[in-house]
Amino acid sequence: MLQITGVSRRFGDVTALSEISLEIRQGEFFALLGPSGCGKTTLLRILAGFEAPDSGTVTLDGEDLLGQAAHRRPVNLMFQSYALFPHMTVAKNVAYGLEREKLPKAEIRERVEEVLEKVGLAAMAKRKPQQLSGGQRQRVALARAIVKRPRLLLLDEPLSALDKKVRAEMQLELKRLQNEVGITFVVVTHDQEEAMSLADRIAVFSAGKVEQVDAPVTLYERPRTPFVADFVGANNLFEGKACADGLSSDGLGVLPGLSDLEEGTSALLAVRPERLRLISLGHGPAEGESAAVAGEEAEAAEAEAGTEVEADTEVEADTEDTGSSESAVGGEVAEDVAETETSESAADGGDAEDAVAAEGAEDVEGAEDVTAAEKAEDVEGTADGGDAEDAVAAEGAEDAVAAEKAEDVEDAGDAAGAVDPVAGEGVLRGEVADVSFYGGISHISVLVAGRPVPVLVATQGATQVQAGSSVALTWAPEDGVLIPQ
Amino acid sequence: MRKPRLLYVPFWATYVFLYTPIVVLVVMSFNAGKSPYSFDGLSLKWYGKLAGNATVAEGLVNTLIVAAGSTALATMLGTLLAVGLARHTKSRLLDGLGVLPAVLPDLVLAIGLLVFYAMVKMTLGLHSVLLAHTVFGMAFVTAVVRTRLTHSDTSLEEASRDLGATPLTTFLRVTLPQLMPGIAAGAMLAFTLSIDEFVIAFFTAAPTTPTLPIVIYSMVRFGVTPEINALATLLLAVSFTVVIVAQRMTRLTESLS
Repeated sequence: MLQITGVSRRFGDVTALSEISLEIRQGEFFALLGPSGCGKTTLLRILAGFEAPDSGTVTLDGEDLLGQAAHRRPVNLMFQSYALFPHMTVAKNVAYGLEREKLPKAEIRERVEEVLEKVGLAAMAKRKPQQLSGGQRQRVALARAIVKRPRLLLLDEPLSALDKKVRAEMQLELKRLQNEVGITFVVVTHDQEEAMSLADRIAVFSAGKVEQVDAPVTLYERPRTPFVADFVGANNLFEGKACADGLSSDGLGVLPGLSDLEEGTSALLAVRPERLRLISLGHGPAEGESAAVAGEEAEAAEAEAGTEVEADTEVEADTEDTGSSESAVGGEVAEDVAETETSESAADGGDAEDAVAAEGAEDVEGAEDVTAAEKAEDVEGTADGGDAEDAVAAEGAEDAVAAEKAEDVEDAGDAAGAVDPVAGEGVLRGEVADVSFYGGISHISVLVAGRPVPVLVATQGATQVQAGSSVALTWAPEDGVLIPQ
Repeated sequence: MRKPRLLYVPFWATYVFLYTPIVVLVVMSFNAGKSPYSFDGLSLKWYGKLAGNATVAEGLVNTLIVAAGSTALATMLGTLLAVGLARHTKSRLLDGLGVLPAVLPDLVLAIGLLVFYAMVKMTLGLHSVLLAHTVFGMAFVTAVVRTRLTHSDTSLEEASRDLGATPLTTFLRVTLPQLMPGIAAGAMLAFTLSIDEFVIAFFTAAPTTPTLPIVIYSMVRFGVTPEINALATLLLAVSFTVVIVAQRMTRLTESLS
């Protein structure tokens, strides 16, 4: 629908846009996301007609757009400042664009009423903009732009002037309106939350170039450039060279990751904080307590674990073994324990003195000895520790890989004598530097030797890991994204 | 905190210094006697006499014609110049030159204009004073409107164009209403400056068409009469009114924006 081809714009020595090419589809909610000064606003102003590019073409439904003056384009812009005319009433503001089209008065009145109804401001028609709240002004600005029924609506930082609560409200409102009127929306924003929650697709801008164009989820899960990996959401980035198992990092060994990069290419490995599993290695006071608490729940846990395992994975888990275990310990909550790996581990840990089943990674922090890991490798590791003093149970049955490897786990469980439950490749060790809890998520930063910046870990719920405790970090290969550098 | 009383002394002293001559002038304009040195009781007789003075009346009419005409011209041209400077040039030199006549010594402007009129062989009269006053009045209007433009939001004009308005419609429907307070302030300034302008008028007026300040000047040459006090008091009243109206207007527009 909107085709931008090779658009460049320079201001003196500054390149605002360099060879931008984008295709925006009919009815799409498209976001241009980037830090301030990345050129996204310049592109918006070119589309609106307030700037002309030095080179390149822009066509709307096949028609050249750049040749038309701003006031002749079937494109409307909602300004960041809203730019409502202060000397006109709300109704006059909204009618302004229709009056310019020289429409009959009756039609103008009808359409103004209709659109004010749509944005919920019918009662405010006679007010002046300065008598409205920020959110109401924004609605007027939106109404004024959509009443013209443009083919393309541009929105410049539409929510940035609103306070947080109104912003969330308007976010929904914008989406609803876009659905209702079916106009193609192009929104410019530096706020990634805004872009992620509003847009169908996002173009990430950096220094006048488009880094990546993708749906929000893809952008987050599979960043293709170092900039995107760093800019969109929190991320842990490791430098090194691509190798068969992931990334051969400078000083941290081989870190697991999936890649189709040629071996030896210098690359970044990105792992999201919420994909990391934190394994506590410290011996804290929680140890004895958790064993005691969980002891009585062990039976229930085992029973449930057994059923879960059969239903979910069809793996014949050694629940009987678990039953014979003298001091098998369930997690804090029996239901949570009932996850595939947990039951495996509990089973393998049957011979162990202090085998402990944890209820889930989120709650694992409580039991210092107990470590939950959702990945297969960890399950193996856990199983290795079956005979060890500190047997470790894993959680996270949702991981199919873990289920497939269940048999290996059992086998591995027989191998006695492994003291280190988390030995293996791709695992980092470090010390917790800081823990903060907000938004229902614990944000833990871990200092790892050989890495100047802390590794960030996010876990659901309140963690009981404390600053200073030593931990191990691990993740599944598919959660490590390799990005060529 | 206690305010230091001593600070009020220079404060009030300044006010006394500023307003004593004006108070004396106003009081003496109501003097029943003729002496400028002693007050002999209240009377409005000088105002009556003033009303019957044909020369003063003629001067007043001339001044009003010049002031009204030059203000109208200066407001239009000054506004356009300000918009041009603010929106269509980036030259700081042009910007400065646009408002320069406002700070140029009157004498320089007066001589320059006189030489120019002689060069183009223009006869002197009210029209020459009117044009001369337009020149410096325009500089003031430009300065005031220009300031307002730098503070105004260009996105309003862009919004207007975005909504389909031609540049002319945008100027008339959006830019101009935004500038109105500035334009009004500039116009009032040009008007009051023109009313009591002496030097330029003296150079560029014909002897047959003196403006009020020239009339007063020629009257004063034969000594200050209470009649002149009365005239000055009337002028003062006009100035005060204009200042108060201007203040009200700015307050009004500030509360709106």
